[in-house]
Amino acid sequence: MGASFVKKCLVVDDSKVIRKVACHMLETLDFSVVEADHGGEALERLKTDIPDVVLLDWNMPVMDGMEFLDAMKALALETRPKVIFCTTENDVDHIRRAMAAGADEYIMKPFDRETLQSKIEIVQAGAVNGQSA
Amino acid sequence: MTIAPSTMRILSSLLEARTGQCLSEGRHWRVEMALNPILKKRGIEDCNALAASLAAPDARRLSDETVEALLNNETYFFRDHDAFADLPRVFEAIAANRKGRKTLRIWSAGCSTGQEIYSVAMQLRDDERRWRDWSIELLGTDISQSVIDRAKRADFSQFEIQRGLAAGHMLRWFENSDGRWQARDTLRDMVHFRRHNVLDVPPPGQFDVILCRNVMLYFPGINRAKALANLARALAPDGALMLGAGETVLGYSDRFEILPGVRSLYRLAAAEPPQILRVAAAGS
Repeated sequence: MGASFVKKCLVVDDSKVIRKVACHMLETLDFSVVEADHGGEALERLKTDIPDVVLLDWNMPVMDGMEFLDAMKALALETRPKVIFCTTENDVDHIRRAMAAGADEYIMKPFDRETLQSKIEIVQAGAVNGQSA
Repeated sequence: MTIAPSTMRILSSLLEARTGQCLSEGRHWRVEMALNPILKKRGIEDCNALAASLAAPDARRLSDETVEALLNNETYFFRDHDAFADLPRVFEAIAANRKGRKTLRIWSAGCSTGQEIYSVAMQLRDDERRWRDWSIELLGTDISQSVIDRAKRADFSQFEIQRGLAAGHMLRWFENSDGRWQARDTLRDMVHFRRHNVLDVPPPGQFDVILCRNVMLYFPGINRAKALANLARALAPDGALMLGAGETVLGYSDRFEILPGVRSLYRLAAAEPPQILRVAAAGS
């Protein structure tokens, strides 16, 4: 996937502040951004409009990040968005679980624009688990 | 606080004398922020007072700390992913030239805290079978001893570890302990570090790939030319030089030419014919 194809990002987080900060960073990276405050709302959005990237929080009410990943698999989307898990959890087991559940990348809060940009570049390049696809 | 022009001149002269770098106007904004830890630690009122203290006869340690603080050590893993994506092809092309001699020497000149050369190490280990029977030497050098010490420790904060590094690489090559991420010995042992200024005589031997990225931009033109001359001396005839995305050799060196089809990479320009041949050709 080339850089010019990634233009839309769905930010899923129950914190309005986090969504606002992430949206601002993404907009400076030339993304159009859609927001959802839990996995259930994000899933509804996926049914009508598939983004290129989903920035996904882990702990959320209604439907958390892991449940969202399972539900997204069940949708059997024609084009699957790249998912960057975005949480405060920084232990290795959490990261392994997220990657095993289908996340393409993992970013730990707090992060800056350059870090987010680099993670997007990684998923754009198709580097999964450190290996080029 | 306003930094007096005379203070900026003193700091600029000190930095240039010690490192060859210039404190261009574009870097002035970060001077106060960079020196603030020294002011706090030593109880110095402001940057102007610090500059005055530098004139004292016993100010060697203060001037060392000041120079270290003024250096910009910004770096991160796989900085400029597109450029790194081209490197395996470059390694492959150089390897194809090696008849029976399976060695590869790579030098990160201005390596800062090591993320760049560790990125190369991970990249080579990703293709472990390809390089299994090769002798690979990875060298990182920097003018700052403190960043060399950090690079050797290969111990990164959470903020540093995820800048540019894929989660898969992070899990494979680093161990998490209390929020710090330490490179595994298998990765750390691949790389050697030493203090060196790219304006000085290069490390011995020739290197197949030299990465000197976001270093030239801090040098005045004359030192860019000197650094590029040194890099040309250190580069193997079929080697490649990688500069930062915004850097160029144009105007500073005619020893390099762009490597076609890849970003930020240069090779040694074809050797010019000896003077006598050029004269003969011109006269014919």
